[in-house]
Parts: sequence; structure tokens; C-alpha cells
Amino acid sequence: MSLALDTAAATASTAPRSRVWGKLLRNRSALVGGFVVLLFALIATLGPWILPWDPVKTSWTAVRKAPSLVNWFGTDELGRDVLARVVYGAQASLMAGVVSVSIAIVIGGPLGVIAGYFGGWTDSIISRCTEAMLACPFLILAIALGSVLGPSLVNAMIAIGIAAAPLFIRLTRGQTLTVKTEDYVEGARAVGLPHRWIIIRYILPNIFAPILVQATLIVAQAIIAEASLSFLGLGQQPPSPSWGAMLNTGKNFVQQGQWWMSVFPGVAIFLTVLGFNLLGDGLRDALDPRES
Amino acid sequence: MTKKHTATAALRRGLLAATFVAGACAAFAGAASAQNLRVGLAEDPDVLDPHQARTFVGRIVFTALCDKLVDVTPDLKFVPRLATSWEWGADGKSLTFKLRDGVKFHDGEPFNAEAVKYNIERAKTLPESRRKSEITSVASIEVVDPLTVKLVLSQPDVTVLAQLSDRSGMMLSPKAAAAAGAAAGNKPVCSGPYQFVERVQNDRIVLQRFPDHWNKAAYAFERVTYLPIPDSTVRLANLRSGDIDIIERLEATDVKTAKADANLKTASAVGLGYQGMNINLANGERAKNPLGQDKRVRQALELSIDRDAINQVVFEGQFAPGNQPFPPANPYNAKEIPIPARDVNKAKALLKEAGVTTPVAVEVTMANNPRSQATMQVIQSMAQEAGFAIKLKATEFATMLNEGTKGDFQANQYGWSGRPDPDGNIHAFVTCKGGLNDWKYCNPEVDKLLDEARTLADPARRKANYTAVQQILSKDLPTIYLYHESWIWGMKKKIDGFVAHPDGMIRLDNVKG
Amino acid sequence: MLNFIARRILIAIPTIVLVSIFVFVLQKLLPGDPILVLAGEERDPVVIEALREKYRLNDPLPLQYFAWAFQALQGNLGISLRTNLPVLDLIGEKLPVTLQLAAMAMTFALAIGIPAGIMAAVKKGTWWDYAATGLALWGLSIPNFFLGIMLIFLVSVQLNWLPASGYVSPAESLSQNLRTLVMPAFVLGNALAASIMRHTRSAMLGVLKQDYVRTARAKGLLERVVIMRHALRNALVPVVTVATLLFGELLAGAVLTEQIFTIPGFGKLIVDAVFNRDYAVVQGVVLCTAIGYIGLNLLADVLYVVLNPRLRTR
Repeated sequence: MSLALDTAAATASTAPRSRVWGKLLRNRSALVGGFVVLLFALIATLGPWILPWDPVKTSWTAVRKAPSLVNWFGTDELGRDVLARVVYGAQASLMAGVVSVSIAIVIGGPLGVIAGYFGGWTDSIISRCTEAMLACPFLILAIALGSVLGPSLVNAMIAIGIAAAPLFIRLTRGQTLTVKTEDYVEGARAVGLPHRWIIIRYILPNIFAPILVQATLIVAQAIIAEASLSFLGLGQQPPSPSWGAMLNTGKNFVQQGQWWMSVFPGVAIFLTVLGFNLLGDGLRDALDPRES
Repeated sequence: MTKKHTATAALRRGLLAATFVAGACAAFAGAASAQNLRVGLAEDPDVLDPHQARTFVGRIVFTALCDKLVDVTPDLKFVPRLATSWEWGADGKSLTFKLRDGVKFHDGEPFNAEAVKYNIERAKTLPESRRKSEITSVASIEVVDPLTVKLVLSQPDVTVLAQLSDRSGMMLSPKAAAAAGAAAGNKPVCSGPYQFVERVQNDRIVLQRFPDHWNKAAYAFERVTYLPIPDSTVRLANLRSGDIDIIERLEATDVKTAKADANLKTASAVGLGYQGMNINLANGERAKNPLGQDKRVRQALELSIDRDAINQVVFEGQFAPGNQPFPPANPYNAKEIPIPARDVNKAKALLKEAGVTTPVAVEVTMANNPRSQATMQVIQSMAQEAGFAIKLKATEFATMLNEGTKGDFQANQYGWSGRPDPDGNIHAFVTCKGGLNDWKYCNPEVDKLLDEARTLADPARRKANYTAVQQILSKDLPTIYLYHESWIWGMKKKIDGFVAHPDGMIRLDNVKG
Repeated sequence: MLNFIARRILIAIPTIVLVSIFVFVLQKLLPGDPILVLAGEERDPVVIEALREKYRLNDPLPLQYFAWAFQALQGNLGISLRTNLPVLDLIGEKLPVTLQLAAMAMTFALAIGIPAGIMAAVKKGTWWDYAATGLALWGLSIPNFFLGIMLIFLVSVQLNWLPASGYVSPAESLSQNLRTLVMPAFVLGNALAASIMRHTRSAMLGVLKQDYVRTARAKGLLERVVIMRHALRNALVPVVTVATLLFGELLAGAVLTEQIFTIPGFGKLIVDAVFNRDYAVVQGVVLCTAIGYIGLNLLADVLYVVLNPRLRTR
């Protein structure tokens, strides 16, 4: 997992907002990525309302049928409609990505800011713990946490969130350290403004951009991580669909020539993750003040 | 993979092996491609000590590595192996074996009555032994003469012979076992047709033909390499690409693919075990629900299930539907209790009679493997029509066992790999004090019938007891038996002489290729 | 410099102790009783109790930890519950496999990531940029286990070019060894290429704006020479650092790839151990990867200073 390293280029100070939007709109990868992400978000939210098929309705007479006019994406090993499952699975996979990263930010962000802002013993303790967690392989951590919590989609999200939290601690700590030395922050401290106030008013707005970039990229990896946990039986539980779980079952039938059970969820994961990656890369380019 | 590669690899291997297997291999290296059998296993075996081992795949390796006193045929008759004949004492409280003459262990030590005594005592007393419950009724072992050994039983127990046809009856070299103690499995020294060469955990177990085996002419392959490949798809891919000669546990849904491949063939046998749904009847608080408390609700659940449809949908008709712990072809299967046909109306009527509010909520714990999950999802949707709302909870196997013993489940779905003797499929599961009776079913009548069956030497009388038990169990339903797995093997066309055994083992005598 | 390294090693010690405590506690939180798994179909309470005693599972938790740590300090990491083999032997057996796989994966990652990164930076904003970015990103966007299975079907079953799975040690046959590792290394490397590409691209973009590059261009040197000789050499500094860090993550990052290709390395060892509740193995292997990870982090920092002339002169 190469989660940790992909925001090395992001820095603390941000370009003015209007310029950022302009750059973002001119950045093709950000546009394409944003479009794909938006599309899947729409599918996830609206799809279930529009589609007439039930993703868990089994049919013994239509097991593993190839795509047809009735079932556009074919049916799975229990005769369920693959299209319906891909659409409902979008919810699970996107949720897995977004919620787990939110958990990671909620845990990691404050700890990182505290460590960076106050320094000293607090910093040492938080930093040592962060390093210890980072030294444990990410997926192993997620697997162990997933096993502790028990197999379910929610638990998989919590596990991924906790396992990814140290990445955000490290990032926010580093960013806070940089911002802390800026004149206006030092000025505010000299004036004797309360810490809480300085953090909310001066630090947070300035470290927001790199966190956003990192978050976008880690959503992409979290979706893959959920698929990986599903592959090991620790993700979304049957009969509810998630792309990872579908891929896991579907792969068993590729050798029989029944490709549709794995190809459609596979393509869906691929496009979504690619979308988040492109969006993240585009955002970084746009938010990076060094690039003009 | 080309022959050339295999041959050079084998030559190198041969040179390596020569350093510790006294040059035995180098002579054969040239023709090695036909001499080395590569077997794909579904899991990595655990300790290779027959007294400590507990996995099914481990037994497959033992079949080549460690001879046992008696063997069992595909139709479940016991036949000589290290023992040439045996005789029950008149009171049923002793069992005397005549042993094969001239048998040697892999370290050259002779096999004799003393060795049998040593091994059975080891199985009974080694602190790490997992065989204790299998041979509890063996009270002592007497060496009558060098080739005669007498097992004295504390009570009549006809199941002992069946236990000795498996790991309890496997013989380690006493000298090597005594020297290695609990670590004997790291370099097992037995007397089987193949001897241990090396093991790389998660990768391979390599065995080499034992030149002094009493039946060495029956074994064609110079070497056998067992390769654990957990993913069934990848296992089949290895077979299809030619890297492996034979694989165990081909998925039922892959049979068509294997058959369509011009280079492959398959073999299958309905296993000795069963898969079922166990219902918590009296193990703690979680038993207190309609399903656990009222057998009519359990009967309704059974009636909502179409076992044949499960077999067709999930297993492409490769397995055998069942409603008893004994598979259909087993002599102890009670033909007078047929599999009930699905009857949703009758199920609904039973629920009404029981006066429960529908839908009846049930949580079923299952292992997080594709097979259990597919089966339970089918049952979930079948039972829904009869008025059950089944919630599925997948757990890891380790967790499921733990929750089972603690009573932290309403119902769980798992199975039993099966034993050749009927007692092994039922006694521990439904007797009041049974070691595997996690659902705490208790019926003195059942206990009496099953305890008595252990002492009955006459198969017809034993069967009468088991049938009587089945009559009770099919009403009480502590376990809703679902199906019997088939062992399915895929192999290269050139493999000749393989016999599919219901115990799922791979016996290599007279196999060529 | 030596001071710096010594200080870092000192700091690493509490981190490693923390890792071991952390893994220990996490394992104890895992549901499921290892002894029940271990006992198998033997449910004799006497046997179960004997096994518990043998593996000291009846002791209070802190005592269990200290017993383990005391042994670990003497170089004894305990024995595997599942196979009775010493954990240290297992590590010695699996580490070379994982190292080789990681090295080959890194080769693939660099071979894809660096050219893609150069292309993306030099032709920034053009379709070349997007094509190179797409090439590097696709491997990151596809789950390893899925790509692995598809490759097995294509390359091994359909084309019959490479063995489908398994591992042959180089001592036995180097050619077979490479043949078994090529596919898994590609799958892994492919996923890392994106990171390498991103860092190469951003470093190149930075370097291309520097004065000496402008000077070189002004001197009328061929664009190819400017890029390869002047720009790339400097841009590679952060890439080397990143590659070192990534290598640390590869040590156990190959979890699912090893699972699919049944390669007997760390990843497979540890996943099996987690699922079998094989405490000593999990503890030992995580400790080992953590030490490797921390060591490589240190190496990355040192390399960064050594390779970066501006920092060195300071």
C-alpha cells in the first residue's frame, strides 16, 4: 500500500481561492476524475430509486445467466441481477471509501494538530505512537482490526479508518509545524490569543488544502482496501452487495467463461478508484502554489 | 511448463537432496518428470505428527507418510494394513492384532508389538495429543509376542477399530518419536510408502519413496510433492496449466470446466461427513427464542428448505442432499426416513400451530467462506417465504467455534468431515455430555441408544439403534442436516489407477502416470 | 551525520517496543480461542487445559507479554502454535522470499513509474501527460487480487507461458524462480508505479524551472540531453527516497498478492497466522517488518541528505 507517500508535494500555503478554481477547471485530469466520481456518486444515490430490480432477490431458474435484455449485466450465482448489485454496491463501496477516510481524519486531524502545535511531551508521545502504527503494515492492521470488530461493512470502515489515521496525524502535524512558524501565527501567540482560537482561526484554514488532497487519494485506496477485506471475508456481508464481495465470488466463475459476474464490479471499482486518483492529483496541482 | 524445465529442476533438486538422502535421488533424476507426482492441497497441513495433527489435509499427507494398523475401503470395510488380522474378545472387551512381519520404519527400526504399544500409549498420554477422546476406551496394551498385540478395553467399544484406521492407528518409529518428543512432527519418521524429505511451511511438503516399504511395488512415483494452494480457482489454474498433476477439492462449480479440458479428468465420491444447521436449544440465554424452544418451529424451518434446489443452484448437482448424519450410500442411513419435500404451506401451518408471531427472527452464524455463504443465502430466501426472517452473520471459523462453546449463537451452519464408523458422526453431537454438543441437546433415550450401539458387534442390531435415534432426531431437529459434500478430484488424463474414496484421502497404491 | 543516525536509532527503540505492545494487545483482543482451533475435534477439557498451560495462555496479560519480551530479547521468538516450528526459523525461511519479491516489484515500479513521470512532466498538460499518468494510475486503481487472478488465467492457463502460482527457490532453479515471481512482482510493482510516477513528475517539474536547466537550454544543448543529464539526475533524489520508503511498505504489503500466487513469504505467513490466531507468529513477523520499516525510513533520510548536495554542504 503506497498510501503514505503521495502528498509529499503538497505544501501548507495555499494559492488564492479564485485562482484555484480556475486552475482546477483547466486541469483535465481533475475534471475527468471529478466527473467520474460525481457520476458514481449519482449512481449510488439515485440508482436504487430508479432501478426496478431488487439486488437481493434470488431466482433459482436464472442462475449465472449471461447479459441479456432482461438482465443487462447478467445474473450471479444465486440468480440475482448483477446490474442491480453493481448499483447498490456503489453505495457500499463509496461509503466505505468516504466514511473510513472521515474516521481517519476525525481521529488523525486533531491529534496531528495538537502534536504539531504544542510540541514537547505531547508531541513525543503522539509521534512515537504514530510511528509504531505506521510501522505495522496497513492491510495487516486493517485485517486484525476487522477481525477484532467482527466481519461487517461498518466494522471494515472503522478498521480502515483507524489503520489510516496515523497517515493524517503525520500530515497534519507536519503542516501545523510549518504554519506555526508563519509570522501571523507567531504574532497571534505573542498577543496572547487563546490556543483554541489560534488553531481554529489560523492553523486549520491553512492546512485544509493538503488534507483534502490526501483525503481524496486515500478514499481511492480505502475503496481498494474494502475490496481486499471483502476478499478475505471481512467486508460487506451477504446478501448485501459490495463490489469487493462481488469480485470475490465472481472470480471463481471466470474460468467457466462467466465473466460478467466479476468484470462489471471490477470495472466499477477501477473507474471509481481511478476517478478519485485523478481528482486527487488534479487538486494537488491546482492547490500547489509552486505551480503556475 | 515444458518437460525440459521440470527435468532440470528435478536434477538440481536431486543434487540437493543427495546431500541428505544418501544419493538415492540422483539415479532417478533423468526420468524425474514422470516420477514426481505434484499434488495440490486446499490448505497447508498443520503439525505432521499423527497424534497431534487435527486438519483434514494433514491426513492426506499421512496417507503416504504414515501407515496405520488397518485401512478402510471405499465401501467402508476394514482391511489389513500394518495389522494382517484382528479378533475381538468374546466379551467385546479386547481386540487382538496380528502384525505384518518384516515391516521397517523409515529410520530402519523394526515395526513390532512393542512399537504399537509405544504409539498407542503415546496417543493416550502425550500432553499435546489430540487423540485422547478417540481411544479413551483402550485401558491397556499387552504385548503377546513380537507380532501380536492385545488392546484391553475398559468397556465393549466397537468403534476402536475405526479409530485405528485413522491417525490413532498410525505408527511412528518409537526411537525417533522418543528422541523428538512433542516436536516429532517437524521431521516425522513413520513406516508409510513415502518418507519425509522436507517441508517449507505454506509452500510444500516433499516425500520420497521408501525403498524398504513392505508393499513398495505398488507405488510408482519416486517423489510426491504436496503444494498447498488455498484458492480453488488458482488450484484449478495450476492443474490446467500443467504445473500440478492432481488437485483435491475441486469446486463443484468447476467440474464442467475441468471436464471440458481435453487434458483433464475428474473423480468424485460422496464424503463421510455432513453439513447442517445446528440450533441452540439450551446453551445459555441465546437459546431462548421460538426456534430453540419449540420443535414445531424447527420443523417448519426444515420444511421451508428445498435441499435438492440447494444442491442444484450452489453445487451444480455434484453433492448429495441429506437429512441424516450418514450419507445416502452409507449402510447406516435410515431409508425409512426420506428427505422431506419442501412444503411452504405445511411450514406456515406449523408456525401458526406454534403460535409464534411471524416473521420469526433467527440469526444464523456461518463461516465466511463462499460455500457456506451461498448455501445460507439460498436458505434465507427459501425460509422467508415460509415466515422466517433469517439474519446471516459471517464469522471466522476460530470465532465461530468459540461462540459455539459459549452458547453465543441462535443457530450456526457448519459440518463435520465424517468418520467411517457411524458413532463418529453422531455420538459427540447429540448425547447429553457429548464433547461437540454445543447446542446442548439432551434426550436420555437417545443417549441410551447411542451408548448401547457402541457395544453392539452385530451391524444389523447397531443399525436398528441408529435408525431409532434418527426417528427421534428428525422430530426434535437439534441439527437440520442439509447435504453431504462430495470429494472431487481433478487430475491429468494420464494419471491412472486413482480410486475415489469417500474419506477424501489420496491413496497412491497402484496410481501411475 | 553519525550523530543523526545514532539519535534516530535511539528514538526507534521505544517505537519498536510500542509496536510489540500494540500488536500484543491487538491480538489479545481478537475474538476466538486459539486453543479451540488448535485442539481441533479433541474437546477433552484436560487436553485443552494442558495446551493452555503449555502456551502460557492462563497467565495474566502483562506477565504473558513480559515472558514473550524476555525471550525475544534473547533471540527466541517462540514457536508457531499451528505447526510447532520456531518462529525465528519461519522468519528466516520467508524473509528472503519476500525480499526478492519486493526487489523485483520495485524494479517493475521504477521501470514504469520513472519514464511515465518524466513524460508527464516534460509534456505537461498535453495528451502525453495524461497517457503517462493513466499508465501509472491504472495499476493503483485495480485490486491486486483481481489483477492477479486475471493474469493467471491469461498468462498461465490460456497462453501457458508461466507457472500459475507457487515458488521455487533460486538455489533449486534460478530460471524457475524468476518464472514464478515475474507475475506477482508485476502485479505489485504496477500498484507502486503510481507513487514513483507522481514523485518523479513533481520533482521533474520543480527541476525544470531551475536556473541551471534554463542555462543548459540556453546553451543550445539538445532537449534530450538537458532532461536526461541535467534535470533527471537532480529529480531522482526524492524518487530514491520514496523508493526506499516504499520498499519498507512492500515487506508486508504483498499480503493479498502472496495469497493469490501462493508465495510462501511474509504476507501469506502473517494472514494465515492472524486467521489461525497463531500469536507468536503474528508477533514475531510484525516485529520483524516494523524493524525493517523503521530501518528503511532511516536509510531514506540518510540517502536524502547524502544525495542532496545542497543539504550536504550545510
